[in-house]
Amino acid sequence: MARTPKPLKAEFAKGLWAENPVLTSMLGLCPVLAVTNSAENGLAMGLATSFVLLCSSTLVSLLRKVIPKQVRIAGYIVIIASFVTLADRFLAAYFPEISAALGPYIPLIVVNCLILGRQEAFSAKNGLGRTWLDSTGMSVGFTLVLIVLGGIREILGNGSLFNIPLLGDWFDPWMVMILPPGAFFTLGLMIAAANQYNIKRGR
Amino acid sequence: MKSLGIVLSLGLISMIAGGLLSLWDKQTAPLIEINRIKALERGIAQVLPAHDRYETKIVKDVTYYWGYDKDQTEPVGVAFSTAGPGFQGKVALMIGVKPDLTEVTGVQVISQIETPGLGTKIVVDPSNKEDKYWFSNQFKALVLDRAIEVLKNKKPSEPHQIQAITGATISSKAVAKLVSNGVAHARQVWLDQPEVP
Repeated sequence: MARTPKPLKAEFAKGLWAENPVLTSMLGLCPVLAVTNSAENGLAMGLATSFVLLCSSTLVSLLRKVIPKQVRIAGYIVIIASFVTLADRFLAAYFPEISAALGPYIPLIVVNCLILGRQEAFSAKNGLGRTWLDSTGMSVGFTLVLIVLGGIREILGNGSLFNIPLLGDWFDPWMVMILPPGAFFTLGLMIAAANQYNIKRGR
Repeated sequence: MKSLGIVLSLGLISMIAGGLLSLWDKQTAPLIEINRIKALERGIAQVLPAHDRYETKIVKDVTYYWGYDKDQTEPVGVAFSTAGPGFQGKVALMIGVKPDLTEVTGVQVISQIETPGLGTKIVVDPSNKEDKYWFSNQFKALVLDRAIEVLKNKKPSEPHQIQAITGATISSKAVAKLVSNGVAHARQVWLDQPEVP
């Protein structure tokens, strides 16, 4: 595949908006929907995913000429699974509350298609510098969406943000927002708003 | 020769991965164990009266934690965890009982996946401004001389009664059932052997 290299700045910036993993590519939606019932959980999941993405991309980019084509996916999965286990154990050892709140969704980062997708589409074809820019951009974009989504759901569903009560006693929490349907509603509206903005700007 | 490359490269990756994981496991395993014990001791402290130390005894697949006062050989109570079906999934409890197994000293929900806003009130009820933990607090000083009675929309008047959560009768009854079953099991284990503890 012949592609003209993008300017370095664009390599980073594309993850934030133009190719945002959640809003545009809709990759890795399982954790996006499952754990964003509070801003804190969204941030923790975003950081854990970012860690795995950055480390895996680094290793895949370094080993891209060593791994034979036939077994590249197996290689990526071993690499990704190792870093996920590192992150899982790290949270269980140092942040037991967050680890309990995220439950099985940390080990499930292994099957997050955002991470495998970036290895296959980018890290395996590019040098370390570009890979870092790409992974960092994607990580920041992913984490920001998770924080915003978790924040909206926490404010409406619990009347607080990052566990700090924002709305007083008069506010009756919308229980549905911290239930699974709330994730679908909010994410749907966020994607619609992003598309609307892009269409308006494109005209 | 091609397959040799495949074997070597996958082997190399797996070796790096295995090495990293075993190093990290050495670092984190003790901390994770400390966290587990801390969480367990928090649970025991919440359901037993004030105690200085506890002894762990495993009988018939259930772990019992006997709490003892300072310098005293008489136990202040026994705690154990038990789990069973709730409304949507497993409910796990830590239950504290007086040493003669006649009265509950405390009940704590360890884990549950009940309906948010209804069944989750077995843990905490934000709509009750006076006592968010009124449901589990009802079990304190609950007398177990007969079956626990779960009342609907009525305040308990006798020491063997508790009030169900409105809209979550099944979750409420599930907790009551777990307590009575757990205590019945404990009685089988401990009351036949007067020499222990």
